[in-house]
Amino acid sequence: MAEERRQKQCSVVLPTESMKAMAESVGVGQLQEESCVALSEEVSYRIKEIAQDALKFMHHGKRRKLTTSDIDNALKLKNVEPLYGFQSQEFIPFRFASGGGRELHFYEEKEVDLSDIINTPLPRVPLDVSLKAHWLSIEGVQPSIPENPPPAPKEQQKAESTEPLKVVKPGQEEEGTIQGKGQGATAPDGKGKEKGMIRLKPRSTHELSVEQQLYYKEITEACVGSCEAKRAEALQSIATDPGLYQMLPRFSTFISEGVRVNVVQNNLALLIYLMRMVKALMDNPTLYLEKYLHELIPAVVTCIVSKQLCLRPDVDNHWALRDFAARLMAQSCKTFSTTTNNIQSRITKTFTKSWLDDKTQWTTRYGCIAGLAELGPDVIKTLILPRLTVEGARIKAVVEGPVVSNIDKIGADHVQSLLLKHCASVIAKIRPQPDNVEQYRTDYGYLGPMLCSHVMKARTQAALQAQQVNRTTLTITQPRPTVSVSQSGLSGSAGPRTPSIIKVPSSLALMSPRPGTPSQPSPPATKYIVMATSAGAASTQQVITLSSSQSASPVTSTVPSATSTLQPLVKLESGSGPGLTASRPMQKYIVVSLPSSASSSLETKSSVLPTSISSTPLDTGMKLDRSESPGASTQSPH
Amino acid sequence: MAAVQSGVGDGVEEKDIKTEPPTDGFGNNANDGRVLSSSPGSSAPAASGKPAAGGTPEDQQTLLAVLQFLKKNKLTESVEILRREAGLPEDAQDAKGADSSGSGGAAGSVDLEGGDASALLSRVTVSSSAAAQAPTKAAEDQPDVNVVLSAYSQQGDPALYEVYYSGLKRFIETVLDCHRAELSQVFYPLFVHMYLELVYNNHENEAKAFFEKFSGDQECYYEDDLRVLSSLTKKEHMRGNETLLDFRTSKFVLRISRDSYQLLKRHLQERQNNQIWNIIQEHLYIDIFDGMPRSKSQIDAMSGSLAGEAKREANKAKVYYGLLKEPEIELPLDDEDEEAENEEGKPKKKKPKKDSMGSKSKKQDPNAPSQNRIPLPELKDSDKLDKIMYMKEATKRIRLGTDNLPSICFYSFLNAYQGLTAVDFTDDSSLIAGGFADSTVRVWSVTPKKLRKVKSAADLNLIDKESDDVLERIMDEKTASESKILYGHSGPVYGISFSPDRNYLLSSSEDGTVRLWSLQTFTCLVGYKGHNYPVWDTQFSPYGYYFVSGGHDRVARLWATDHYQPLRMFSGHLADITCTRFHPNSNYVATGSSDRTIRLWDVLNGNCVRIFTGHKGPIHALAFSPNGKFLASGATDGRVLLWDIGHGLMVGELKGHADTVYSLRFSRDGELLASGSMDNTVRLWDAMKAFDDLETDDFTAATGHVHLQDNSQELLLGTYMTKSTPVIHLHFTRRNLLLAAGAYNP
Repeated sequence: MAEERRQKQCSVVLPTESMKAMAESVGVGQLQEESCVALSEEVSYRIKEIAQDALKFMHHGKRRKLTTSDIDNALKLKNVEPLYGFQSQEFIPFRFASGGGRELHFYEEKEVDLSDIINTPLPRVPLDVSLKAHWLSIEGVQPSIPENPPPAPKEQQKAESTEPLKVVKPGQEEEGTIQGKGQGATAPDGKGKEKGMIRLKPRSTHELSVEQQLYYKEITEACVGSCEAKRAEALQSIATDPGLYQMLPRFSTFISEGVRVNVVQNNLALLIYLMRMVKALMDNPTLYLEKYLHELIPAVVTCIVSKQLCLRPDVDNHWALRDFAARLMAQSCKTFSTTTNNIQSRITKTFTKSWLDDKTQWTTRYGCIAGLAELGPDVIKTLILPRLTVEGARIKAVVEGPVVSNIDKIGADHVQSLLLKHCASVIAKIRPQPDNVEQYRTDYGYLGPMLCSHVMKARTQAALQAQQVNRTTLTITQPRPTVSVSQSGLSGSAGPRTPSIIKVPSSLALMSPRPGTPSQPSPPATKYIVMATSAGAASTQQVITLSSSQSASPVTSTVPSATSTLQPLVKLESGSGPGLTASRPMQKYIVVSLPSSASSSLETKSSVLPTSISSTPLDTGMKLDRSESPGASTQSPH
Repeated sequence: MAAVQSGVGDGVEEKDIKTEPPTDGFGNNANDGRVLSSSPGSSAPAASGKPAAGGTPEDQQTLLAVLQFLKKNKLTESVEILRREAGLPEDAQDAKGADSSGSGGAAGSVDLEGGDASALLSRVTVSSSAAAQAPTKAAEDQPDVNVVLSAYSQQGDPALYEVYYSGLKRFIETVLDCHRAELSQVFYPLFVHMYLELVYNNHENEAKAFFEKFSGDQECYYEDDLRVLSSLTKKEHMRGNETLLDFRTSKFVLRISRDSYQLLKRHLQERQNNQIWNIIQEHLYIDIFDGMPRSKSQIDAMSGSLAGEAKREANKAKVYYGLLKEPEIELPLDDEDEEAENEEGKPKKKKPKKDSMGSKSKKQDPNAPSQNRIPLPELKDSDKLDKIMYMKEATKRIRLGTDNLPSICFYSFLNAYQGLTAVDFTDDSSLIAGGFADSTVRVWSVTPKKLRKVKSAADLNLIDKESDDVLERIMDEKTASESKILYGHSGPVYGISFSPDRNYLLSSSEDGTVRLWSLQTFTCLVGYKGHNYPVWDTQFSPYGYYFVSGGHDRVARLWATDHYQPLRMFSGHLADITCTRFHPNSNYVATGSSDRTIRLWDVLNGNCVRIFTGHKGPIHALAFSPNGKFLASGATDGRVLLWDIGHGLMVGELKGHADTVYSLRFSRDGELLASGSMDNTVRLWDAMKAFDDLETDDFTAATGHVHLQDNSQELLLGTYMTKSTPVIHLHFTRRNLLLAAGAYNP
């Protein structure tokens, strides 16, 4: 420590080269070495002096960051004219440029064209200072409202669950927050504790206040109730409210029990609702779920691989639920898997084991594959690709063989499209061109030819970033209550949009089971509602994504302005093909396409135009959502 | 005191000056050192210890100062004449710098007890011969600095400094444990002075080596000063360096028990270690006490300030910390109101309370200053109404305690972009004002009542002045708004304070002015100029009319609103005055400073009556307890210290904050202390318990050696995190609701 400090204190002097460079910059050519040394010492000393004074201004300004104005004030204090024009908004990096054989620090000052400045529209006027009051504490108890920090910060929750031994190192912080919550833990306890005693892990209260109980009741009822608008609201609350930490165990139990009951009763709708709750919990930035995975993971896995999830397996779209749950699983693996809990490898083992079993039903088989596939291309490459031949044979047996049962056929169908969907993109990446159908057949068996065509499509679109946009959405159209599960539905737009999905298909019922790929915008089977707008009228309000119909929804929803439109799937397609987008002044089509009942099972090597957001839509969508909301409300504080 | 020092030798002269605490406040500070003549001694007329010896040197010094002045102004003839008349030798004036510092700076000389002029002259010559550097210095532009510096002109072998220092270090490490802690105090001042001597005498490399070798040994709380010191490696830097001036102009004060002192003295004399002995003589003030040596923790609690601890004498003056008698106000309205409230049982409770309050105010507190010790403004009718309101509110006050914590309402300033620098609430919590870095002051109404301006003069003429609601009629309804902006400053506004009657607002700014604003017209009424440097804080007296301000110029000023010049100047701090507070009885002012001390000043005569040391960083918050007996202070080190004003003692230390404490406030009844900090927390402390636990027997009171127990955790009643909002102001409403304010900092 002393060593370090000394280092800091004594030896920091500007190098003499700097002096030379500065002298040159003001036109003094030959500066003697001695003068340089003397100068640099003097200059360093003065700079330190000014920095010390500037610190004073920082302290009185009640800030932690030193600003250029502090330096200006310090200079004024010394009766030196301050430096003007250093009010940079951005961070000014310390960069070097080598010139004339030596490294130089420089401050980049770009030449500015005045006409540019004049012509740019004025920036928004910053919001005026305003005053807002909230309760920091009510009779010694800190209320869990958004204006207050969450009772237990996420980092702490994480530390608690991952490193229980290290917990409560910042003893007072921890104790403080807990104390703030429970009256019981405050003064009386503090008194009772003896001084020398080792502090045990602080007690966290598990009784819920009346308000919390009411909230819990309302939320759980809304989540599994019939009113979609209410549900959206409830899910939004779960996903954003900061005060849920204490209720987390209850929610977790609610979900796990709910899944247990509803799987037996084959109540697909409720299972979907519960999975949406899981999703919302995972999305809440103030919660860390690690402690509750033992309840949540079995529930999620059940929804992936259960033999039967609905009353009428031939009609209901339980595949979508499996897909959605598989994505949840993948997400929790990504977030929570550590070397100690080994979630990912354990899950992988489970899936693989039941997939390898010959007696496994098609539904479970589908779930296993979906679960594995969602874990990423590496898992697909090592676990799924080698088994394509075997699986292909099995599918062939069902499809081409004697008709066993309709359910099996549908199952095999789904498995096939699932495999094609996930494998094609991976193969496209690892397999060198050219794609030869025969070669594929020998490598992958029955599925080879189909794979080959998919891979080729994938490649053509991969030129434009092949992506699986489909990952973000799950749209289920059922005869009865229609449910839409949307990854990006956590933003405020989820509420109004979802019902529209339900309405439109029933009235128009347009979708074919297999819409074409975007390169062929109107294959006979797909129907689009095309609204033409003139070039001038097409503002950026419209959406700029061109992709296959079933995949578009999430992307559109992330485009800020699109949320206002109620159409779930709005695409703008420029007349001249996928490469060109809305920026071109030409005839534009707004294509409204609708999800099909089979949409999620479709092969989707849907491509997105370069304008569309980025490779992993799931993440992007969420990111956008997040970044958007603070931007809109500038400084909504707490 | 002087008797204790009698063995010390040639430092007597200055010691005499120091024996009088009041003069210490004025005579011996950096500010005077700069403003006044070169001799600190000249501003202390009562150096009465030895009339014969003290008087003559003083004259001598004055003469020398005059000579120097003349010479500087090239009045050579006058110089000649004066010198002839005074009989001064030729070389005397060259050396006067060394001498007139008044520090007995004739370093090498050993025995200068002689009282007559010739002895003094000989001393001058001795010092001039000793001070090889002096002649070159004399012609400089800044005589005062030279004077200060020249004390370092004594020359030792630079190589030996390390040997001396490590020798002393070895010695102190081997003494008995009980003395070691006390003697270790010597290290830091010694280190600093030796380093400065080396630098002054142009031994740059030796100085650096010395610094590197020993700076690690110093206590961690001196780190900031050491950093300043480390950057100072050239003689030229010493000129104009404030820190250096502080070290020189004020002696570093150490409290050491007699036994330890004798031990040190004997050691140094045995070793003939004159170098160190001289420094101790010249630059250190050793306050010797009889009794047990202090322990390490006791010493650590009190040290940390820029110039060592306060002398015990500095805190001996009587302080009238009691409250003034409240003027008797009849409460005719009160009963009606109570009936209107129609609450049974309540009136019964209230009435006896009223009586008790009445009787309390009739009794004169023995510790209170007399009612007219300083003239206070007369109560206006509106003030009386306000007092009645206050009493009514007070009856509804919640009694706080460990089981009854207050609710906290937090006012967040949104979109302030880090620009919020100061906040204040009115006493009745109806208005809130914020000072901003963009030089504006904004006032908000936090009640539904909007802020209105008074009508223009032309419109006022039209008003019927006889009507009952004339006060209402003069307000311009069109201007009603929730907030008003006051423009006028030309720099960040660092301090802000409402007048008790809510008619005025004070603001102090980086531009060196304090401004008085009218809250009737929302215009600036006066700009008080006097501080030429940033004014860090200002506050109205609890009775109005007076206000205090303090800033970078190290001087706190007391003003009255109707005088454009200050009434009192409180100088004595060695660094910026960072915060100022009025005592509830308005007779005293407390100032906190970057020199890590708190001083209490008497408004009546401008004397410094208390110096509190113990903080390890600049002080940014002060609060008097409602009964006037205690003071709480918070600093950048995150600690809150509690002080007993009457005894002049530290009585508590509250540890918990992780960053600068920017606001402190006692609850209205004094049970709780709330602290707000840069670490985004509000903490509540059990003030009652902190003050009750206090042992104030005669011994501790006499010696000032408090043994503090570390019970911060027991006293902490609650911690409330805000959402990235530093807490920069706290205020208890009259009903004991805690209001907090800060700027949200996304």
